[in-house]
Amino acid sequence: MENLLNIFVKSIFIENMIFAYFLGMCSYLAVSKTVKTSFGLGVAVVFVLGITVPANYLLENYVLKEGALAWLGEGFEDINLSFLSFIMFIAVIASMVQLVEMIVEKFAPTLYTSLGIFLPLIAVNCAILGGSLFMQERDYANIGEASVFGLGSGIGWLLAIVGIAAIREKIKYSDVPAPLRGLGITFIITGLMGIAFMSFMGIQL
Amino acid sequence: MSSEKEPLFSSKNLKLITGPLGSQNPITVQVLGICSALAVTAKLEPSIVMSLSVIFVLVFSNLIISLLRNTIPSRIRIIVQLTVVAFLVILVDQLLKAFAYEVSKQLSVFVGLIITNCIIMGRLEAFALGNKPWPAVLDGIGNGAGYGLILVIVGFVRELFGTGNLTFPGIGEVQIVPDIVYEWGYVDNGLMILPPMALITVGIIIWVQRSRNKDLVDIS
Repeated sequence: MENLLNIFVKSIFIENMIFAYFLGMCSYLAVSKTVKTSFGLGVAVVFVLGITVPANYLLENYVLKEGALAWLGEGFEDINLSFLSFIMFIAVIASMVQLVEMIVEKFAPTLYTSLGIFLPLIAVNCAILGGSLFMQERDYANIGEASVFGLGSGIGWLLAIVGIAAIREKIKYSDVPAPLRGLGITFIITGLMGIAFMSFMGIQL
Repeated sequence: MSSEKEPLFSSKNLKLITGPLGSQNPITVQVLGICSALAVTAKLEPSIVMSLSVIFVLVFSNLIISLLRNTIPSRIRIIVQLTVVAFLVILVDQLLKAFAYEVSKQLSVFVGLIITNCIIMGRLEAFALGNKPWPAVLDGIGNGAGYGLILVIVGFVRELFGTGNLTFPGIGEVQIVPDIVYEWGYVDNGLMILPPMALITVGIIIWVQRSRNKDLVDIS
């Protein structure tokens, strides 16, 4: 339990997707003009990361890893399919996004209308594939840890994009030098936010 | 298809290469492919290797998609593109693991993330789907080089000021700041190799570029 909490806090604050690994920067820069839309995108990312990371964890441990196919019986123990992981992960992500979109549309139409436009975009968000690849690299012990990591990094991303959107809404009224306006100042502010987040470094629960 | 033949390096084709290096730069102007650009630039060597990998993937995916452009049904084009790109990235990943294991460890997940690098999908959608193979290849080279240019600048600045050394592929670490400067009291700025400084460095590059080229300034 303590371990899970530790992974959760670590993935939100210390190993934040945006500030430590710059994942999902493209949509982070493009959709952070207002708080409302950026919150919608953030929730969609939390949702999809929370589903795809455990799904890919199962795929990795029961199909792709060396010896993972042992449950099929004799002769399958030494098959190593890990070179296929990129293409399998991206396929799982693309189909999961499609599936999530259909389920949400059927059962939660209000959520669907607020997320609608962002859900399909997410299939090519680097934060999603990045979450699965980090899960593979760090070799989490069980599916609980993997899901907590997925949810945590999603929430960290949500926090970052809502933060920058709020700052950008305010900065519209400031006198920024013309060449720095828009993209330039967004980069620099994100850098400063990253330095602030570095103060969480070294927290151990 | 026009019947008259265009020379291979006509001015229109040359522009496909030079444009992305300056006023059409994929990172600072089109805002594509930022994710990987920032994360791998703590040192010069991984930045160079990453740029070469992206150029390779971009050129060949542009070529393949451009050759297939009339046979791909537009409804499933994203899946087709992802498959082509994923295949090329697996190739690059296996090659790096075989011949440059140290660098491939440093790049960690970012080689895999070339698949979802927006620069690749962006150029495939915007250019390769509507153009002949040769211009598509040139567009790939140009955009890959424009991406690489920014990566190398950022990697150079961060490693030089962060550690005083530069790492070149094949040569290894070379000390650039001479010892005598350290004796005078110069200290490396360790902050430069931490992630946030990559963002600030890119921000400053954008600032410099836009103040020299007024057309790029954001009006909003």
